[in-house]
Amino acid sequence: MENNGTILRVENIHKSFGDLEVLKGVTFDVTKGETICFIGPSGTGKSTLLRCINLLTQPDQGSVWLGGEEVTNSGKKINHFRQRIGMVFQNFFLFDHLTAIRNVEIALIKVRGMNPKDAREKALEELRQVGMEEWAEHYPAELSGGQAQRVSIARALAMDPDVILFDEPTSALDPELTREVLEVMKKLALAGMTMLVVTHEMGFACSVANRIMFMEHGEIKEQGSPEELMSDTKFERCKNFIGQFDQTNGD
Amino acid sequence: MDQSVFIFQILLPVLMEGMVVTIKLIALTAPLGLVLGILVAVGRTYGSKPISLLCNGAVAFIKGTPLLLMLFILYFGLPSVGITLSAFVASLVGFIMCNGAYSSEYIRGAISSVKEGQIIAAQALGMTKMQAVRHIILPQALIRAIPGLSNEFIYLIKYSSLAYMLTVIELTGAGKMVAAKYFEFTEVFMIIGMGYLLLVTITTIAVMLIERKVAIPGMTQSGRNMLDIL
Amino acid sequence: MDFLIVIIEWFPYLIGGIFATLGLVGSALILGVIFGLPMAVGQVYGKRSIRFIIGIYVWFFRGLPVLVLLFLFYFGIFPGLGMDVPAFFVGATVLGLRGAAYQSQIFRGAIQSVSEGQMIAARSVGMTKLQSIRNVILPQAVRVALPGWSNEYPNILTDSAICYAIGVMELMTRTSQIVSQTYITMPIYLVCAGIFILLNYGGMRVLHMIEKKIKIPGFGTGAA
Repeated sequence: MENNGTILRVENIHKSFGDLEVLKGVTFDVTKGETICFIGPSGTGKSTLLRCINLLTQPDQGSVWLGGEEVTNSGKKINHFRQRIGMVFQNFFLFDHLTAIRNVEIALIKVRGMNPKDAREKALEELRQVGMEEWAEHYPAELSGGQAQRVSIARALAMDPDVILFDEPTSALDPELTREVLEVMKKLALAGMTMLVVTHEMGFACSVANRIMFMEHGEIKEQGSPEELMSDTKFERCKNFIGQFDQTNGD
Repeated sequence: MDQSVFIFQILLPVLMEGMVVTIKLIALTAPLGLVLGILVAVGRTYGSKPISLLCNGAVAFIKGTPLLLMLFILYFGLPSVGITLSAFVASLVGFIMCNGAYSSEYIRGAISSVKEGQIIAAQALGMTKMQAVRHIILPQALIRAIPGLSNEFIYLIKYSSLAYMLTVIELTGAGKMVAAKYFEFTEVFMIIGMGYLLLVTITTIAVMLIERKVAIPGMTQSGRNMLDIL
Repeated sequence: MDFLIVIIEWFPYLIGGIFATLGLVGSALILGVIFGLPMAVGQVYGKRSIRFIIGIYVWFFRGLPVLVLLFLFYFGIFPGLGMDVPAFFVGATVLGLRGAAYQSQIFRGAIQSVSEGQMIAARSVGMTKLQSIRNVILPQAVRVALPGWSNEYPNILTDSAICYAIGVMELMTRTSQIVSQTYITMPIYLVCAGIFILLNYGGMRVLHMIEKKIKIPGFGTGAA
C-alpha cells in the first residue's frame, strides 16, 4: 500500500474532548524528506493532531502508520515508535535536573541502551549541529528560551527519528530568539529531515515548507505548496487567514 | 555525692551507651523509611486503583494512630497471631512504618510539583512511564522534598525515645534508670534533653550542607523553577 | 468470639479515657494560642533580647522529645519546686508549653505574611504600634494561620498518648489496662486505634467548619 517514499500516513483521525470534537477526520500522507507546515486559527486541533501521531493523545478513531507499520493499537510497542518520531514542544520541556548534554544523551542511554561513552559523543555532535556545544554543561534554567529550544531539538535529533513533529516551537519565544530556532529548523529541512510543523510563522512556512495545510474547525480545509497558496484563487480562506495575520504582525 | 563525680563517672558513661542504641535505631530507620516512603509515594501517585487505595489507607491509618499504640500492637499484639518480635525490632518496624508514611506525604507533594511537561517529554522520547518516573520525576522530587524529609528525620530523632516504652534501653531509658537510682531527676533529664538537642542541631547543619551540595541552578527548594516558563 | 463480649463490657471504661485525651488536647491548643500568639508577636516586633529569649524557648520545647519533657516535669521540675501535681496537669502543662512553641512559629509566619502596607496604613491613621497589631495585623494573621494551626491537631492528639508514660488515665493508658487485665491484645488495640482515628477525623471536620465560618471573602492565604 505504500508508494515509495511515504514515510507517514495519517488516516481519518477523530478526537473529542468531552462534547467538543476537536479533530473531525484528518487524513494525509507524508513523503520522506517533506516539510509540511500546519497553519490556522488557534484551537483548531493542530497541536492535538501532532500528539495523536505519537499517541501522547489517544485518538478516538483513525490510524497512524509509520513506514508501513501501524502505530495506533500497538500496545507496548508504542515506546519503540516514539523513538522514531521526534517531538519538539512549545515549552521545550527540558529535564530541569539535567545539564544540556545529559538532556540529549539520557534517552540514548536509558531507552536505546547505548553505552555512555558513545552516547556522550553522539550527544555532543547533536549539540554541535544546533550550535549549543559550548553550553553542554549548563542547566536549563541557565539558558535563554532560544537556547533551550535548540537543545530540545538536539534531544529529538539524537534519536535519529524518521520524522520530527514541531508543536509551535517558537510561540513561547521573543522575536529575536525565534530567529535562531527557525534557522536551525531551516537547516534541518534542507538537509532532508521529514518535518511536520505547527506554526504561526508565515515567513518560515512559505520559504521552507513543501506543503502548507490550512486547518480550521478540526479539518484540513485547504492545502498546497506555498506558490499555489499565494497565486491560486481557490485558497480564499487560507489567504484571508494569512492576511489577518499580516495585519496584526505589520509584516 | 559530688556533682561532677556523679555526672562524669556515673551518668555520662551510661548515657553514652544509651546514645549508641538511639543512634542505631535512627541509622537503621532513616534509609529504610526513605525507601518505603518513595515506594508508597510512587504507589499513591502512579499506582493502579487498588494499589493507590491500599497505600492511601495504610498512610491514613499510620498518621491517625499514635506511634506508641503502633509499637504496642507490634510488640504485645502480634504474638497473638504468631509473630513475635524483639523489642528492638518491634521499635524499628514501628519507626520505619511511621517515617515511611510521613515521608511519602512529602515526596508525593514534591512529585506533584514537578512540571507536567517533564513526563510528556520523557514519553515522547520513548521512555516507559516507569522509566520516566525513575529517571526524570523522582530525582527532581527528591531534591524538592529535602526540607520536608529532614523535618521528618528530626521527628524521628525525637520519637526514638518511645522505644523505651518497649523496654529498649536507649538514651531516655538509660538516663531514667540512673535518675531513679540516685534521685537526681531534673539534672539528668536536662542533660538527656541536651543530648537530643545536640543530635537535632547536628542534623540541621548537615541538612544545610546537603542542600547546598545537591542544589541545581533554577530549582529552588520551594519547588518553583526560577525561570518558570509554563 | 468471647473477646467481643469483653470489648462490650469494657467499652464504657475505655470511652471514659476520651475525656482525659480531649482535655489534654484542648489544653495544648488553648495554651498554645494564649502563649504562642504573644510569642509570635514578640518574635516579629520585639527587641533583639526578646527575640533571643523566645528563640531559646522554642528551640528547647521543640527539640526535646515529649517523653523526655514529661519525665523532666513529672519527676524533676514540679517535685523540685515542692509541688505535687497530678499526672493529668503535668501532661496538660507539657503539651501546652510544647504546643505554644510549635504554634508560635505558625503564627509568626502568618504575621509576617500580612503585607507591610497594612501596618503602614494603620500607623498613618494614628494607631500606636500595639493598636495596629491588635486591630489590623492579628485579625488577618489569625485567618491566614488557621489551616496550619489546624494541622497541629492530629499531632497533639497522637502526642497525648505518650502521657501514658506518666500514668495519665487517658485513652492509651486505659487501653493498656484493659489488655493487662483481660489478656486480649489485638482486638482491643485495634479498637483503640479506631477511636483515635475517629477523634482525628471528627476533630478535623470541626476545625474545617470553623475555618469556613470565619472566612473573609476574597481573603486567602498570602493575599496582598
